[in-house]
Amino acid sequence: MPSFVIAEKCDGCKGQDKTACMYACPNDLMFLDKERMKAVNLDPSQCWECLCCVKACPQQAMDLRGYADFVPLGASCVPLRGSDSIMWTVKFRNGMTKRFKFPIRTTEEGSAVPDGGFVEDNTDINSIELFTEPSSMKMPVWTYKK
Amino acid sequence: MPMNFETVEVTTDLLIIGGGMGACGAAVEAAYWGKKHGLKVTLVDKASMPRSGAVGMGLSAINLYVGLAEGRNTVQDYVRYVKGDMMGIARDDLVANIARHVDSSVHMFEKWGLPLWKDEEGNYVHEGKWQLMISGESYKVIVAEAAKTALGEENIYERVFITEPLLKDGKCVGAVGFSVRENKFYVFKAKATLCAMGGTVGVFKPKSTGEGAGRSWYPPFSTGSSAYFTMKAGAEMSSQEVRFVPIRFKDAYGPVGAWFLLFKSRATNAMGENYMETRADELKKFGVYGSIKPIPANLRNHLGLLDVQEGKGPLFMRTEEAIANLAKAYEGDEKAFKKKMKSLENEAWEDFLDMTIAQALLWAASNVQPEERSSEIAAAEPYFISSHSGSSGAWISGPEDLSAGTDYFWGYANMTTVPGLFAAGDASGNCPHKFSSGTHAEGRIAGKSACKYILENNTLLEVESSVIEEMKAITYKPLEIYEQHSGFSTDPQVNPNYILPKQFMFRLQKLMDEYVGGANVYFCMNNASLERAAELFEFLKEDSEKLAAKDIYELLRVWENKHRMWQAESHLRAVTFRDETRWPGYYIRTDKPVIDEENWHCFVNMKWDPQTKEWSIFKRPVIDMFDVKF
Repeated sequence: MPSFVIAEKCDGCKGQDKTACMYACPNDLMFLDKERMKAVNLDPSQCWECLCCVKACPQQAMDLRGYADFVPLGASCVPLRGSDSIMWTVKFRNGMTKRFKFPIRTTEEGSAVPDGGFVEDNTDINSIELFTEPSSMKMPVWTYKK
Repeated sequence: MPMNFETVEVTTDLLIIGGGMGACGAAVEAAYWGKKHGLKVTLVDKASMPRSGAVGMGLSAINLYVGLAEGRNTVQDYVRYVKGDMMGIARDDLVANIARHVDSSVHMFEKWGLPLWKDEEGNYVHEGKWQLMISGESYKVIVAEAAKTALGEENIYERVFITEPLLKDGKCVGAVGFSVRENKFYVFKAKATLCAMGGTVGVFKPKSTGEGAGRSWYPPFSTGSSAYFTMKAGAEMSSQEVRFVPIRFKDAYGPVGAWFLLFKSRATNAMGENYMETRADELKKFGVYGSIKPIPANLRNHLGLLDVQEGKGPLFMRTEEAIANLAKAYEGDEKAFKKKMKSLENEAWEDFLDMTIAQALLWAASNVQPEERSSEIAAAEPYFISSHSGSSGAWISGPEDLSAGTDYFWGYANMTTVPGLFAAGDASGNCPHKFSSGTHAEGRIAGKSACKYILENNTLLEVESSVIEEMKAITYKPLEIYEQHSGFSTDPQVNPNYILPKQFMFRLQKLMDEYVGGANVYFCMNNASLERAAELFEFLKEDSEKLAAKDIYELLRVWENKHRMWQAESHLRAVTFRDETRWPGYYIRTDKPVIDEENWHCFVNMKWDPQTKEWSIFKRPVIDMFDVKF
């Protein structure tokens, strides 16, 4: 959609200095109205419908209503993102429902080590190898032999 | 000034600007070399890293994996593919440099936790010659996690929008910008600066209207900051005429790659004719590039657009036919058939849900089941993105082992012509088709190279405090203009003393669309329309000084549009200079409708001089380095 906030469900992330949706939005669109303690999407016409806010919301207080200029009303696309997979419930305008589950990562959250386990004691800043190479390439790094 | 803005100074060795795939690659690599040599590495992002940049929503494929170790392809194969797709205009050295490292990045993504599809033998599932299928909803989350761990939270500044480069003695010595959440002005002083702020969206009028304007193919938050930053620093720019126009599922811009490559779908006009066959003769007008395989993306666009212009649209992706063909092999075995249909359905929906959720919703809202009916495809509006089939960006040095002794080398890989300023991803020109993985690899190359530069040029140049004070005043001026004048009218939206950023963006987009070959004129332009555009552009530039903002949020939009405007101007200058039509399907100079190899098999480069504030535009030769012939 633009994404929107369901007034009844949003608790403003309980008055923390930033809400989950404000942290997630890559376009800085989410704003916490501190008087109402509700988040709002400041400019739906700048929303990419990436759903980063919807996926991040701890209250499931956000949803998507398709762009009004070309998407017929009545359908929905609701994610439920876990630590290793995401579930999607897709409701069609005609009432049909499809559910999908896709993996999102194969490792524990927070476990990504920068070298990916391709440990090299690479000390030559003038070499063509990046710091995990050659092992991360699984072969010597190519150069052109005339 | 309407509010009090604290100035925060950060002194570092290497400043990485951006938080997307290129910046994350740079962070991982530079953190290693920084640690080895005692260098401080700082990253500043206008958003928050787990979801910032063009991969924030996710991706359903990695579009560049060379497969060197498997012996699948060679580096030269890739150079041939890229150069062919760009109608002969690309930098062999830069493309090769990415190609020889990109598999490393992909192998690291897998170790970090990105689910790559595997076949029964445990091999990667290839979507096409260069593409791997992934379950990539969290692609960016995972890549950012490794980058953040490498740098440490204390070296990362999120929600700070960089407005301008800091310059001293012809060198780039850092950057300034403002917090989009707090009343803070940031001054980053650095020995080297790495620009990875993405491409440019929103220069041309989008096809969608009103609320749908955010449904650009590339994200609306890629607002030309890389182009602006490098241009304002005085860096030589290249291929600013080489825009990209994707043909995608109509309106929601869902990806077509899996349909063409994995599902082997055909695209046809409304009569069911395959324009790639019926219009094959048209390709002969474009010399050797019309005969190479795969046919360059712009030429495929061109043939489809000719059908639409002749009234043979809409164009359709024949999804039902493709799925039926794939399921044919299982006919007679009902159980296997059902299983195959189910897995194809899953793959088709994951393709959208991983990277273009809007398209999944559009299908659901219009009751589309791809196995039952075709879906429309259409050309989007133009974009500036050198990671896909566009090529615009800074002119950067190649790596020493490949480029030394040629005009492509001046000391440090990925350094622009401004000492101390490096570029990667959509910020660097002429090495297109790097996509997400190649952008990460290029960020790594630039990160290492920038560290080497610092070790060999280890001085911190300081800009006078008066200059910084002036930059701060310029940064917040739109707030001051608003405060000074907004009381004049009862509706602050309409005021003769200023223009608000949204209306300014509409004006830029209308001008570019109508005179510089936007979607509404089928990407056509001529000398007269370009002259008119140049005239109107001068008014626009003058009025950009009157951009106003009521708050910090709007200030962000003001600066994004100032950045967009520079990308637009450089494009206008470049398409005016290049007196031929080389990339029909992306744009056509109707007064020069044919390709002119003799005079224009070259790069168009340009430069804005920070001293004289004048532009120059000139040709640079295309060098064939690795015996890649067509």
